[in-house]
Amino acid sequence: MEKPILLDCRDVWKIYGARADDLYKSHGSRLTAEDLAAHGLIGAVRAVNVRIRQGEIFVIMGLSGSGKSTLVRCLSRLIEPTGGEILFEGRNLLSMTDREMIEIRRRKMGMVFQHFALLPHLTVLQNAAFPLEVQGVPRAEREARAREVIELVGLKGREAHFPRQLSGGQQQRVGIARSLAVEPDLWFLDEPFSALDPLIRREMQDEFLRLQGLLQKTIVFITHDFDEAIRLADRIAVMKDGAIVQVATPEELILSPATAYVEEFTRHIPRAKVLSLRSVMTPGAPSGDTAGDLPVTERIESVAERIEASDLPYRVLSEAGEVVGFVGRQAVIDVLIGRKAAR
Amino acid sequence: MSRLRRMMPGRAGAFWIALFGITWLLSRYSWDLYKVFDARWIIKYPAAYQLPVESRISAFMQWLVEEAHFGLFSFRDLTRFIASVIELPYDFARNMLIDGFSAGLGNQAVDIGPSLSWIAIVVMVTALGHYVRDWKLAALVGGCFAYLAVFGQWDSAMVTLASVLIAVPIGSVGGLLLGVLAFRVPAFEAVIRPVLDLMQTVPVFAYLVPILFLFGFGPVAALVATIIYAMPPMVRVTIIALKGVPGEIRDVGVMVGCTRRQLMWKVLIPTAMPTLMVGVNQVIMLTLNMVIIASMIGAGGLGFDVLSALRRLDIGGGIEAGVAIVVMAIALDRLSQAFATRVAEDRTVDPDLNIVQRHPWSATVLIVTVVTFLMSTRLPGVQSFPEAATISTGTFWSDLMGYINVHFFDAFEAVKTAFLNYLLLPIKRFFTGIPWAWGIVLVTLIGWRVGGIGLAVLGGVLTALIVAVGLWDKAMITVYLCGTAVLVATVIGVPMGILAGQNDTANRVIGSLIDTLQTLPSFVYLIPVVMLFRVGDFSAMIAVVLYAMAPAVRYAAHGIRSVDPQLIEAGMVSGCTPRQLLWRIRLPMAFPELLLGLNQTIMLALSMLVITALVGTRDLGQEVYIALTKANSGQGIVAGLAVAFIAIIADRILTAATRNARRNMGLEA
Repeated sequence: MEKPILLDCRDVWKIYGARADDLYKSHGSRLTAEDLAAHGLIGAVRAVNVRIRQGEIFVIMGLSGSGKSTLVRCLSRLIEPTGGEILFEGRNLLSMTDREMIEIRRRKMGMVFQHFALLPHLTVLQNAAFPLEVQGVPRAEREARAREVIELVGLKGREAHFPRQLSGGQQQRVGIARSLAVEPDLWFLDEPFSALDPLIRREMQDEFLRLQGLLQKTIVFITHDFDEAIRLADRIAVMKDGAIVQVATPEELILSPATAYVEEFTRHIPRAKVLSLRSVMTPGAPSGDTAGDLPVTERIESVAERIEASDLPYRVLSEAGEVVGFVGRQAVIDVLIGRKAAR
Repeated sequence: MSRLRRMMPGRAGAFWIALFGITWLLSRYSWDLYKVFDARWIIKYPAAYQLPVESRISAFMQWLVEEAHFGLFSFRDLTRFIASVIELPYDFARNMLIDGFSAGLGNQAVDIGPSLSWIAIVVMVTALGHYVRDWKLAALVGGCFAYLAVFGQWDSAMVTLASVLIAVPIGSVGGLLLGVLAFRVPAFEAVIRPVLDLMQTVPVFAYLVPILFLFGFGPVAALVATIIYAMPPMVRVTIIALKGVPGEIRDVGVMVGCTRRQLMWKVLIPTAMPTLMVGVNQVIMLTLNMVIIASMIGAGGLGFDVLSALRRLDIGGGIEAGVAIVVMAIALDRLSQAFATRVAEDRTVDPDLNIVQRHPWSATVLIVTVVTFLMSTRLPGVQSFPEAATISTGTFWSDLMGYINVHFFDAFEAVKTAFLNYLLLPIKRFFTGIPWAWGIVLVTLIGWRVGGIGLAVLGGVLTALIVAVGLWDKAMITVYLCGTAVLVATVIGVPMGILAGQNDTANRVIGSLIDTLQTLPSFVYLIPVVMLFRVGDFSAMIAVVLYAMAPAVRYAAHGIRSVDPQLIEAGMVSGCTPRQLLWRIRLPMAFPELLLGLNQTIMLALSMLVITALVGTRDLGQEVYIALTKANSGQGIVAGLAVAFIAIIADRILTAATRNARRNMGLEA
């Protein structure tokens, strides 16, 4: 049932400092944080294992300095990892030649950057067409494609503008258009909305979800904003000091944080927005009358009012339509006011 | 001063005072010491121990020109090849602008076609001005060139322009390529960086000598010198610009699958273009400066006019040519600056227009060129501005100078004497009195105090080298002249900078004044100074002050302006008066910036000082100048390096001092 793995990152390390390679060679992946500190080295990425499946939004969340940006640059091989394997469609990126890497980046990868990274001397149209230009696609063809993606991100009519004439949100739309121009299989977004104002950020997140609904890309999304991670992710990897602390769905993170560190993040998240009926229902069929049926994947936020208004509990149905449990007023109220018993 | 002392611990103050005291005593009584001990070596470095560097270099150059051979070709072939590569486009540009085309040689020469008419060239630059900016710039540039025609400087100006037109592309592209190479290959950067540092400090005259020796007197030698002079800043700017491209932009290039070449030429260089254009502007200005100076080795043009006027003490002619240089410098500077800051516009061209309507300027230029070409055979006034209509300002300037000299002679003389007696001569006595042995110790001690053991060794060794080649006395005269000029420039420039830093109107006025001063080729400063004060140390000092003041003003203004506004607000909230704000917050915070300005002022002063040898100083500059007239490469290079050493010592010490100051203020770790 699960989708195939597109990007498999095995025991990846990135160590900075003098003679980092030597130390890694002698110790391999048994290196501990103490070893690194003793040699005055910095373990920007330590023993990271992640598997990213086709079509999912995989968010890497961490505070600044946690190594998330280094990790995504290792995955795209913008930074050469110190050790490990990165399998993309089953082939190890790290053993590829420069030529092969260029080919993969041209056809299969796209990346969006925190500060947009638009080329200042090119127009919106030329920026969006740039990846194709580099490949040597004829002008008419690449510009036609660029117009498509510009329209897709909602910037139609601004093709002749220069980046400096656009607002931050518009600039990032161009960045997104550019990264989509080659129809990549794997889409990296490195804190794409962090440099934007909160209101615009929200709008861009919606836009992003809309695009993903259309395109169904495999996405690696970097952010330091836990709210953003919760909102967008299928799965989240929480990073701290170069290592991954926990990989889980948003719901699992909230319900069973692996460490106190993760719990600290989850504490202020409105649970009703994240938890689905699955997490709060009482399993088994209801004994008495019910007010109606609700699907198990429904977020509490969206059904809370109905459940709360009804004296009777609702039946909860699985994807297959079978009754898997029931949920009543009390359970919803517990979640809404954040009472621990909600578990 | 008290504030300065407060920034250092008391013991350090004692060190500096003691050092100065000992130096002063030794300087004052060196002669007596020599008499008492009967040891002439105290004041004069013994000739027997002098290093024979000069003759070795001369011999080497001789060997290079006469015997050096790299297998397939000799060194001479190489210089000839370079000469022909440069000469071909240069001749073309000259024919195009002024000489006209002809076939055959000497008396058999047959004219094939005339050069571009003056009208065509004026229209061309006007069009260029409008193309890169607006009508205002077009009017300015067109006006400048029209001035050259009307005031009879056209021919010389076009010769100079031809040199600029050749040297700028070679210098810019060459600098760009070297910079790209240095950016790509760190090992190459490690090699080229010290060379660039040295090139920046070696006075221009110094490499005129070997080039004169290698290429002979003439425009080619002048162009080679000009290109060598103007290229290093472009290399530096290129490296900085490429390194300054944001990491994300680089990443974009890699992620879309650029090859190395695509990454450089499609991503990095276009992104760095605004900075690179600043470099090109610098190349243009340096080229113009050097083309004027290089008239000494045969560049011809406006520089030659100034030089010969200076030699003949022809006041009017000198000023006329000097003003022409200024006019041209302003035109070229504004034009290239406009290029640098030009922003691409949305080029939405109406497709219904025909080709003339779409390119009105190109069409106009073309039409004017063709029409004037056709008319030039009938109407000579179209081809070159009619001589009868030119206005000569020479007599006016001569009369003006005469008038000033008649009526204000006493005043000028009094100022000059006062400066000489109370400033220049005491400082000169102080510096020239310092015994060479103590000089070495002194520089070592200062280096040690400011920058630690490394700087001490560097300073000591460089000073010892200057001594060992027998140039101590001339070096001290250089230091005295430079020191005095820097002192005066600082005393005038820093308050101006502080004023400009606090007041917007003052900033505009002073800013444009300084801009104009900086645009002028260094040669130009000599003219009015010599006219008013005749030759001598005082004239040299004034010229150096005028030339070197700009950085003192700029850095002071910038330092004052870039003080953290929160600090100012904190000061205001604490109830500081404007005066207290200046003395207690702005100035101390701007102190490192002031030191940087001082450093730049010293560098400019040293480079100008060599040029003032023309007005009769007796320093290292004169040594280079003599070498130039005798084509003595050894002498020229050694003296040039001595100036460079002084510059390096001053630069390293001040850089270290700046770093200390910044560290004391917590601006730098």
